[in-house]
Amino acid sequence: MAAKVQTNTPTPTKSNLRVSTVLHAVLLLLVFSATIFPFYWMVSTSLKATVQTFAYPPVFIFVPTFEHYWKALTEYEVGRTLVNSLIVALATTALAVTLGTPAAYALARFEFRFKRDLWFWIISNRMVSPIVLALPFYLLATRLKMIDTYPVLILIYLTFTLPIVVWICADQFRTVPKELDEAALVDGASPFTTFVRIALPLAAPGVVVSAILSFIFSWNELLYALVLARNVTRTAPVAATSFMSGYELPWGEIMATGTLIVLPVIVFAMLVSRHLVRGLTMGAVK
Amino acid sequence: MTQRARRLPYFFLMPAVVALFLVGIFPLLFALQVSFRQYQLTKPYLGNSFVGFANYAAVLQDPSFWGALSRTLTFLVIALPLEVLLGLGIALLLDRQGMPLLRALTRISLVIPLATTPAVAGLMGRLMFNRDFGVANYSLSLVGIPAVEWLGQPNSAFISVALMDIWQWTPFVALVFLAGLATVPPEIEEAAKLETTRWQTILRYIQLPFLLPGLTAILILRTADIIKLFDMVFVLTRGGPGSATELISIYVQRIGFRVFDQGVASAQAILLLILTIVLSRLYIRFFYREVTT
Repeated sequence: MAAKVQTNTPTPTKSNLRVSTVLHAVLLLLVFSATIFPFYWMVSTSLKATVQTFAYPPVFIFVPTFEHYWKALTEYEVGRTLVNSLIVALATTALAVTLGTPAAYALARFEFRFKRDLWFWIISNRMVSPIVLALPFYLLATRLKMIDTYPVLILIYLTFTLPIVVWICADQFRTVPKELDEAALVDGASPFTTFVRIALPLAAPGVVVSAILSFIFSWNELLYALVLARNVTRTAPVAATSFMSGYELPWGEIMATGTLIVLPVIVFAMLVSRHLVRGLTMGAVK
Repeated sequence: MTQRARRLPYFFLMPAVVALFLVGIFPLLFALQVSFRQYQLTKPYLGNSFVGFANYAAVLQDPSFWGALSRTLTFLVIALPLEVLLGLGIALLLDRQGMPLLRALTRISLVIPLATTPAVAGLMGRLMFNRDFGVANYSLSLVGIPAVEWLGQPNSAFISVALMDIWQWTPFVALVFLAGLATVPPEIEEAAKLETTRWQTILRYIQLPFLLPGLTAILILRTADIIKLFDMVFVLTRGGPGSATELISIYVQRIGFRVFDQGVASAQAILLLILTIVLSRLYIRFFYREVTT
């Protein structure tokens, strides 16, 4: 029997094996380079002197300079817009976690009418094009004199941060044993105390992941900010795009701004890389 | 007591439901009523009178609306199959035994495009596809192809946008497939490897069934995302040159915020919303059966 398997299987010869290993390595390297190249090129352009930016053929080895970062932060006031992005992303994340974790707890723990419909509604938010909401939000914010204020951005960002928090946290609450809740209730704790003191701390990993994802998505958002922010609340992605007019583009400063925007989120995203796909598919793929 | 117990879930749900209604449903209802009105922000003297389905009729007869929709479809048909094929290839490379360090490095690098601010991805494209000093033209010159005005010509601008989308979202496809491959029971895969060394055979008969749910998720979500696609294209081309890269969300944004005809734009948005609802119904039907029953 063993001999028969042997004849069926074309056992790879040693050189054959080496070729496929080399091919595997080469292809992996190719994927790796293609993936990081645009990012690498942005960072390296941000560190080049202006003359080297326009050099043709492109310069790959050079002495880095931080002058573009300095200019972006002082002359173009990118720092202020980064702070705005931080304020909006942190506030919307805090609000989404505060409002979303109790709802996630209810969805994981209780049976009630309309539960199905509630799930569907929450998931559907993943699909809606932001332009559909941006139009009425703009008109409403104009009437309420809320254009260019923090609250309007914080509120509209809830349309994507809240569903993410509810989804990821509900998943996490389901892993917390029900018996712990029941024990607390028997001991006389109110349902709300049980939620805050028992279930929520045990679901902390899920809460943290959902908070990081909601921070990343808010930080990266452009369309709503473009429509609803002017000067006071202008976020960093809007500032980055505003450079893009005129003929003499300050490429170094543009790429320095891009790097300042992207670097923190990449660090955050790597921390939750295992959950990134879960967040992007609303839990359909784990 | 039982009365209280029955109300309990609603007590926990209330804050999120109220908030999501205020930011997610109420504005849509507002857009719905605007879509039945005259609403040109640059011509306030026209007033905001009720016009029935006139805006919808105007949208459905407008060739540029259909143009934007068919452009979006073309974009989908070009970019999505490439993303699926490349993503599958990358997932298989990452799933294969050997070279743990290089595999780990490549896997973590996939996070970079996914986390990159889409607007900044547009900036990267502006830099790389620059006609005079961009690396795209430099790479072409190495193989003797003359410089292309990437963002200045309709077809090449369309390709540039597609390339940036492929760069940014193929990692998503790869990671979804990789998650699927991880669910293949190792003993089945081992047994199959004793029978054949052809990876094609293993893919077709062993791994494929485990990849299909992921593939469905990818097809539906990427379709929704391409309908939503705005930030990267807006920064890279603003829909230009002409209307060559004006995908549907860019088009609606132009009507609403550069032409300032909110009535017509709202009608377009409502039509887009209907398309979206169909997509999410499909998604739910495929993926949330066990959660909801």
